[in-house]
Amino acid sequence: MIEVQDLWKSFGDNQVLKGISLRIPEGSTFVVLGGSGSGKTVLMKHVIGLLKPDRGVVRVNGIDISALDGRALTEARQVFGMVFQGAALFDSMTVLENVSFPLREGRGLRLSPAEIRRRVVEKLAVVDLGEEVLARWPAELSGGMRKRVALARALVSDPRIVLYDEPTTGLDPITSDYVDEMIIHAKERLGITSMVISHDVASSFRVADRIGVLYDGQLAAVGTPPEVRNSPDPFVQKFLSTWFAKQ
Amino acid sequence: MIFFAGETIAWAFRPPFRFDQLLAQMAFIGAGSAFIVGVTGTFAGMVFGLQMNYAMRQFAAEGYVGGSTAFALSRELAPVFTALMVTGRAGSAIATELGTMRVTEQLDAMETMAVSPIQYLVVPRVLASIVMFPALTMLFNALGYAGAYVMGIYVAGIPEGPFIEHTREFLKPEDIFHGLWKAVVFGGVVAVISTWRGYSARGGARGVGEGTTRAVVASSIAILVADYAATVLFVGT
Repeated sequence: MIEVQDLWKSFGDNQVLKGISLRIPEGSTFVVLGGSGSGKTVLMKHVIGLLKPDRGVVRVNGIDISALDGRALTEARQVFGMVFQGAALFDSMTVLENVSFPLREGRGLRLSPAEIRRRVVEKLAVVDLGEEVLARWPAELSGGMRKRVALARALVSDPRIVLYDEPTTGLDPITSDYVDEMIIHAKERLGITSMVISHDVASSFRVADRIGVLYDGQLAAVGTPPEVRNSPDPFVQKFLSTWFAKQ
Repeated sequence: MIFFAGETIAWAFRPPFRFDQLLAQMAFIGAGSAFIVGVTGTFAGMVFGLQMNYAMRQFAAEGYVGGSTAFALSRELAPVFTALMVTGRAGSAIATELGTMRVTEQLDAMETMAVSPIQYLVVPRVLASIVMFPALTMLFNALGYAGAYVMGIYVAGIPEGPFIEHTREFLKPEDIFHGLWKAVVFGGVVAVISTWRGYSARGGARGVGEGTTRAVVASSIAILVADYAATVLFVGT
């Protein structure tokens, strides 16, 4: 379970987060919806301890992750997987080395090379990629393939929590649908707790159990997709209308 | 940067110890720099041999060229020139690699996979530099002396006997160790500065470029300052 309480963060004079509080129960998917520059990624980076709050607490499975440093923080991250907006694949490693990285380095597992390869191939198959990509370099992959490799890398060590930063940005509609299915699959079949950062309204309403709409450093609306859809907040209505008006 | 250096030292003693990463960095920093250090050492020795021959000839003391060149190489020229050359080649590459990883979120990604980038990327580079800078300094010493020997004996016509004899007379093991200790210090300083500049890069390609420039400039200045400090420390004023 993830709990964020009264989270504040500024960079210089720019107050990005202004007292965010939210709760993500185990095995559920929470989507933070908001425009560019609204602080969505900053919020997510606090959840995994990449940023320290000016004020407030982030608890992951009861552990105050915002108070940890060094080795303790590294160990606390073992429950996480994260998909970055730009995929963040290691460009000096092949696909096999990228996806196997958490197995080889991150969890203290002592798996044989054959077992590592088996797990990598299995996770790549889940994102509809075959063994032919194993030896390829990230620079040789398309944007959609890079994102899917990043997704496989995030899932390969069977994390309990997965954070998705703009998982459908820059993808074609078919691949975008595919990523949505992946997120739903991860929750329903594997019981994974997910936090998704997005400005894609359609995708958010498809995958979310609950949605929080971030505006001006605060959550303008929080609730189930129907609750957020009916929120009286003017920004929320304006933001959602960009997609619902087209339906 | 001091905090960063402290964290690097702390992570160096924590398992897992990634010897494959260390060996890869030793190959990159050491074996990869051997050619440029070897060429620099050979020509530095040749030039210094000729200059010393020109100076010593004034006093009819050409036989001292070998000894004085070996002395200067081992205590000053080899550690300082080696460190400057490796900074230009490997220090800049380290800063650029880590800087690119920083601005493309690869370092963040590594952290989210419960792997400390300091332990995985920085520690092997610092340890490899501390080991390989002295090794490269020895290569510089050997080829520099060989260059001075060739110029002294075959070009300047200095008799081989006095050239070798005065080298034995002048050069003590402590002179070589003096230079090697300096190389250890330079290796640590260059690696910490270069990794720090890459690790703390911000702002895309421009930020990476600035980080690399600062890594090379700061490392070069730090080598000269550390050289003075180490000389004062080892020799006194």
